[in-house]
Amino acid sequence: MCTYLTEKIAISGSAKGGSGWFRVTDGSVYFDHPVHAPYGHTLNIDFLAPAQGPSARVAVELSAESARALMKAIEAVLDSAPPGLE
Amino acid sequence: MYDAILAESITITGHGGDAIEAYAARPMRPGPAGGVVVIHHMPGYDAPTKEIARNFAVHGYNAVVPNLYFREAPGASPDDAAATARAAGGVPDDRLVGDVAGAVAYLKGLTSSNGKAGTIGYCSGGRQSFLAAVSLPLDAAVDCYGAFVVGTPPEGMPLKVGPIVDKTPQLSCPLLGLFGADDQHPSPEQVAELEKALQEAGKTYEFHSYEGAGHAFFSVNRPAYRPEAAMDGWQKIFDFFGRYLA
Repeated sequence: MCTYLTEKIAISGSAKGGSGWFRVTDGSVYFDHPVHAPYGHTLNIDFLAPAQGPSARVAVELSAESARALMKAIEAVLDSAPPGLE
Repeated sequence: MYDAILAESITITGHGGDAIEAYAARPMRPGPAGGVVVIHHMPGYDAPTKEIARNFAVHGYNAVVPNLYFREAPGASPDDAAATARAAGGVPDDRLVGDVAGAVAYLKGLTSSNGKAGTIGYCSGGRQSFLAAVSLPLDAAVDCYGAFVVGTPPEGMPLKVGPIVDKTPQLSCPLLGLFGADDQHPSPEQVAELEKALQEAGKTYEFHSYEGAGHAFFSVNRPAYRPEAAMDGWQKIFDFFGRYLA
């Protein structure tokens, strides 16, 4: 199905796309058909800079299992970072 | 038989007089030929959708695919454009109708036109094909697994569409519906509800649901592709358009 189920978040950082690094301001997280990954549905994350147009996008399409593993890894790394660095 | 076709990007006049990008595929025979507006799926104005248009041209139809995401993302790659349109909640219904009307006008304005035009759409485009057929005078329409003709998007979905089954009495042409029995959007129950509405309104329609197929079974470049259902579906489409558009 085309779920359209999307969580949008404001983010701050940089991403590297086809034309190099750019500042990202927005993120979209959704579970839907991938464009490229060989699955029926994937957890998709778009790192975006809408002010720079639709092509300012770094996209990933992950299997649900990979996405959950990524989530845990991010939490583990952030939780173990020395205090005061965030 | 002379079988040349011409396929190219063009500009057509869409909703509100906007100039929008489109992809046209036409047989290079003098005609007369029926016209098909191909309404792309939610993932956008992509290479497989353009191939569908070329397939119609090979079979003797003038075909055109309006780029429904052109306004949000002119010149962007189809996946980036689809991501942008998706984040915006999809294509507004009135804009879709205006863009299809522009595509129909383009087809009927071709010197090879036989004066007839129809629509076919996939996924979100399936609903939009039905929407066009209840909003515009058409000669045939095909709905390939369009969700939310019946039913409302679940809570939390930012999709700005509602059910349009109540517009069934205004359907202007015969309708062919092709569905996957394993699909949940539309579910077999929703397909049955649409069929009931068509019967009650006395409309000409033909529905086929394929066992072992789910959503997007025509998508040749996706795991959802089901060759048997897709090949039979193509036959049904050409038979249907042969009766009402040729």
